[in-house]
Amino acid sequence: MRDGQAMSRETLINILLAAALLALPFVAIAMEEPFYITLATRMAILALAAVGLNIALGLGGLISFGHAAFFGIGGYVAGIFASHAFNMEPMFSAPFEFSGSDQMPVIWLAAMLVSVFVAIPIGAISLRTSGVYFIMITLAFAQMIYYFAISWPAYGGEDGLSIITRNGFPGVNTANPLSFFLLCYGVLAVALLMFWLIQNSRFGAALQAGRQNEQRLAAVGIAPFRIRLVAFAISAAITGLAGALFADLNRFVSPSMLSWHMSGELIVLIILGGTARLFGPVAGAVLFVLFEFALGGITEHWQFFLGLILLGVVLFARGGLIGLVAGKARHG
Amino acid sequence: MSLLEISGLESFYGASQALFGVNLRVAEGEVVALMGRNGMGKTTTIGSVIGLVRPRNGAIRLSGKDVAGMQPHRIARLGVGLVPEGRRCFPNLTVHENLVAAARPGVWTLARINELFPRLEERRDQYANTLSGGEQQMLAVSRALMTNPKLLILDEATEGLAPVIRQDIWAAIRRLKAEGQSILVVDKTLSELLPVADRCFVLEKGRTVFSGRPNELTADLQDRYLGV
Repeated sequence: MRDGQAMSRETLINILLAAALLALPFVAIAMEEPFYITLATRMAILALAAVGLNIALGLGGLISFGHAAFFGIGGYVAGIFASHAFNMEPMFSAPFEFSGSDQMPVIWLAAMLVSVFVAIPIGAISLRTSGVYFIMITLAFAQMIYYFAISWPAYGGEDGLSIITRNGFPGVNTANPLSFFLLCYGVLAVALLMFWLIQNSRFGAALQAGRQNEQRLAAVGIAPFRIRLVAFAISAAITGLAGALFADLNRFVSPSMLSWHMSGELIVLIILGGTARLFGPVAGAVLFVLFEFALGGITEHWQFFLGLILLGVVLFARGGLIGLVAGKARHG
Repeated sequence: MSLLEISGLESFYGASQALFGVNLRVAEGEVVALMGRNGMGKTTTIGSVIGLVRPRNGAIRLSGKDVAGMQPHRIARLGVGLVPEGRRCFPNLTVHENLVAAARPGVWTLARINELFPRLEERRDQYANTLSGGEQQMLAVSRALMTNPKLLILDEATEGLAPVIRQDIWAAIRRLKAEGQSILVVDKTLSELLPVADRCFVLEKGRTVFSGRPNELTADLQDRYLGV
C-alpha cells in the first residue's frame, strides 16, 4: 500500500542511501584513501546506467539484454569526441566541420542523442516481440554493435581508445576526483528525479499497465507499442549518458563496455537493488561495487559468490535490497 | 445511422469457428442487452467488436465506419469503452492511476466519477488488487467511462457480486442510461436486465436467433434460449 508504513520506510532508506553515497568520498578523504572516491564514482555511474534500464525493465517490464549497447555507445561518443578534440582532426567536414569536443555538456548531449538514434530502430524491431524473443533480439543487436566496435580499426578496435585527459565541464575541475564524483552524483540525482516524475505520470501509469496486461491497455485505447518505444528510447538515453561518464572515469573506452557481460551486469544491479523501485539501481550499484571490491580482494572468482548472492536474492528477497528492508514490492 | 451495427459476423479461434452469423444493432442512446447461455458467443462477439478477436467474415460498423480487423487501441479510440468480464483492473496500479492512465477528454472527468462511485474516491491511493470485487467492478466501469466512450460495453458486470453491490452497479447503469449513454450489456440476471434494456439480442451457437423489445421476449422464448 502506498500510503502505509512501507512507503515512508522506503523513503527513509532512499534518503539514507543517497546520504551514504554522498558521504563516501568525504570519508575516503578523511581516511586518506583516494581510491575509495573512484569506487563511489563507479557506484554513481553504474547506478545511473541502471536507472536508465529500470525505466524499460522495471516500469515497462521490457527485459532488455542489450543495454550495454547504449552504455558503450555513450562511452565511444566520449572517447571519439575527445580524441578528435585532442588531435584536432575533423570528425566530419560536411555539412559543417566538426572536430570533436572535450566539453562534457556537448558529449553528454551527443551520447544521449546517438543512443536514442540507435534505440529507436532497435526498439521498433524488438518491441514487436515479447518475452524471451525480446531478450534475444536486444542481445543480438548489442552483439552486432560489439563486433562492429571490435572490427573497426579507426578507433582502436579490440584495444579500445584512451582519453588522454578527462573531458572538462565549465566551472569544474574534473581532474579532481571529488569534483568529478560530485558531477556524477548530480547527474544521478537529476536522473532519479526524472525516473520519479515518469513513474508518477500518466505516461508511467500506462507503461506499468502495459507491463501487467497489454490487451487491457489496448482496450482502453492506448497503443502499448508507442509507449514502450518512447520508454525504451528514454531508457537508452540515460544509459548512454552513464556510458559517457564511465569512459571519462576510466579515461578509456573499449568494446567490453558493449559486451553482453555489461548488459547482464546492469540487470543484476537492478535485481540486487529492487526492480522498479526508485532507488533500486542505487542500492544495487552500491552492493555490486562493494562485493566486487570486498570479494574481489579475496578471490579472483568473486563472481561465483556474487552468483550465490543473486540466487539468494531471487529466492528469498525478490524485492531486492530495497524490498527486503522496505517491504513488499509494488512490482508484480 | 446506428452507433454500432454488426451483420453476418463470423469469428474463429484458430481453426474452430465460434460465431456463425451474429447480427446486432445499437442505436444512439440505447441500452441493448446481449443474451444467451454460456458458450453461445457473447464474449466472442464483444471481443470482435473491440478487435481482440479478429473477425473473418461480416461487417462491424461503428458510426458507419467499418472497424472489423482494426487494432484494438484504434477501435477504443473511436469511442468503445469495454468493461471486460472478470473486471480486469490493472492490479498493481492505484485506483487513481487506473483512472488517469485511461483518461481521454470529454464529459467524464475524475470529479464526476467520484460522484458516481464515492467509494472509489475513498480508495484513491489503494492498489486495485486490494479492492473488494464490487469496488474493482466500479473501478472497471469507471476506467471505461474515463475514456469517454460513445458506446459502453459491459460484459457480465454484476457476475459474482453481493446483492447490495449489484444494486449499486445497476443503479449506475440506469443513471448512465438516463444521461443518454449508449450501452451494450451482457448479463444473466434477466429480472434486472430486461427493465433497463431498450432492445434485446439472443445468441445461440454463435448466431443471432432473436432480436426485439424486452416485452417480446416471452417466457416461452426465455425458456427456450436462456433457461437452464
